Amino acid sequence: MRRLLIGLTAVFFGLLLVVPVIRIAMGAWNEGWTGFAGGLTRPETLHALWVTGLIVVVVTLLNTVFGVMLSLYLVRATWLGKKLKQLLNSLVDLPFAVSPVIGGLMIVLLLGPETALGAMFNWAGIDIVYALPGMILATLFVTFPLLVREVMPVLQEIGAGQEEAAATLGSYAWTTFWRVTWPSIRWSVVYGVVLTVARALGEFGAVLVVSGNILFKTQTATTLVYQDVENFNLTAANSVALVLAAGSVGLLLFMEWAKSRKEVH
Amino acid sequence: MHVEVRGLNKKFGNFQAVQDVNFSIDKGQLIGLLGPSGGGKTSILRMLAGLESVDEGHIYFHGKRVNDLPPQERGIGFVFQNYALFKHMMVTENIAFGLEVKKWPKAKIRERVAELVELTGLTGFEKRYPHQLSGGQRQRVAFARALAPEPQLLLLDEPFAAIDAKIRQELRSWLRDMIDRLGITSIFVTHDQDEAIEVADEIMIINQGRLEQKGTPWDIYKNPETPFVAGFIGESTIIEDIGSLRGFETARIWPDTKALIRPEYVEIGQAREFTALSATELGRVGHLHFRGSEWLVEVEVAGSRLVTYRSLEKEVLHPGDFVHVLVHRAYLFNDNDSWIMENNLKEDPMPVHI
Repeated sequence: MRRLLIGLTAVFFGLLLVVPVIRIAMGAWNEGWTGFAGGLTRPETLHALWVTGLIVVVVTLLNTVFGVMLSLYLVRATWLGKKLKQLLNSLVDLPFAVSPVIGGLMIVLLLGPETALGAMFNWAGIDIVYALPGMILATLFVTFPLLVREVMPVLQEIGAGQEEAAATLGSYAWTTFWRVTWPSIRWSVVYGVVLTVARALGEFGAVLVVSGNILFKTQTATTLVYQDVENFNLTAANSVALVLAAGSVGLLLFMEWAKSRKEVH
Repeated sequence: MHVEVRGLNKKFGNFQAVQDVNFSIDKGQLIGLLGPSGGGKTSILRMLAGLESVDEGHIYFHGKRVNDLPPQERGIGFVFQNYALFKHMMVTENIAFGLEVKKWPKAKIRERVAELVELTGLTGFEKRYPHQLSGGQRQRVAFARALAPEPQLLLLDEPFAAIDAKIRQELRSWLRDMIDRLGITSIFVTHDQDEAIEVADEIMIINQGRLEQKGTPWDIYKNPETPFVAGFIGESTIIEDIGSLRGFETARIWPDTKALIRPEYVEIGQAREFTALSATELGRVGHLHFRGSEWLVEVEVAGSRLVTYRSLEKEVLHPGDFVHVLVHRAYLFNDNDSWIMENNLKEDPMPVHI
């Protein structure tokens, strides 16, 4: 019975994860190295990978800084009312509950060219929707809970004791953060960052709605795969998908390592 | 450092944690804040440290109002209940933290840390992390860390609560010696009366946010000012009808007055063991409890149950035995007043015995 269950689980994950990856790899190689390399070195692929990379870097930086700040406020700040904290806390989970496509749509409805806000930004010379800022916003929205949800429980668990001790020893907020709080939370931050990078790399729905998928402008790696599939350009689609999958596997391995470090202290 | 507190109040939501507390502490004293859990002791300590804001009232250090000073600038050392050691730092790094933050020169820091390691008996453990230390060692690291920046006032929140009984005893006398040697004004919170009585110069009894009494342990034991203090310090039994006990018949003139009798107020034994036999009456031995170094005897007298201690050297009693019972004194209290009443037959020079 136990063997059967373990076997079933293995088959289930095999079908769900391993087979598609092998299929993608085979698809990428069905015209040999030239097909794979050709799919990857197309100018549109290079541009899409560049856009994706840019989004990942900007989103990860912003999310790390503000995620850590929000976690600190939600767990430590006594000046925030209890009700307000609860509200903010549930707002953090909103992106988990809302479909990314809806998230993207909200951005279009709020900041699109036809709206007052969008028009104002447009007048100032900044395009939000159908441009990079909108795509960054959409990815930020989708990835925001990941880091906060990693860091908050750790902050709660370590308690305010060490920080209070630092205060009575004469240490002010900034020093206390870097010398006392940060060493305790850094591995959960790393873990949260890895999740954020992985999610930002693979984000599709919200970005598709916001970007308009304009070639050489707002096309990301995932939306390029989508377009290649639509155009029956399967070898190229598989090549890009394989690169993305390889990135995810690499991140997963790194994440496992970060997790083991997280438990050291 | 001279500490003065005037009209201190603190509320958490609707809960009045501290209510109109006033006291002053002289330089160099070791004060114990004693009271039941949740009575507001820790809140008072945290307000002194600046870790909790003050709702109403004033705190003066050296005559200077410090209400608005952050903890960083109060010149205090704080030892936390669970020590709150920096767990990613070694013992020496923990102790040096306060000095590094205050930008002491490197050489001086090294010197001071070595001095404190020596003082707290942590030699050989300098390179250990907190999780590699025992409870007692952690406590000493916390103590050394708090003392390092040479604070004027040391605050200790239940410093021995997390340590097992045997080591607690050792640490207590160690702490007492240490504080005597350094001459630093110290306040510690505890819910253990033995600890407070043994260690403190003066005890402040805190109950439901109020300061019930402040004084030396002996003072508080001898002259409790409120029924709560009388009941909290030492062991005691409450007697509803004190007039029924021999030697206290005159207490009947005060209606609604109860009595509190400590085990050490009660003497039991055979007739020949008493000089003032007329002041005793017969009682029946109830349960006997062996307390390691003596017997705890429950004895039934005139419808009331009293407890007392009896030496192991004396004749062993058995449940159901009849013994003479002498109640030396009782602490009487009613809603308005409280006082101590001596057994009035005990002093009678010419006892009339029929």
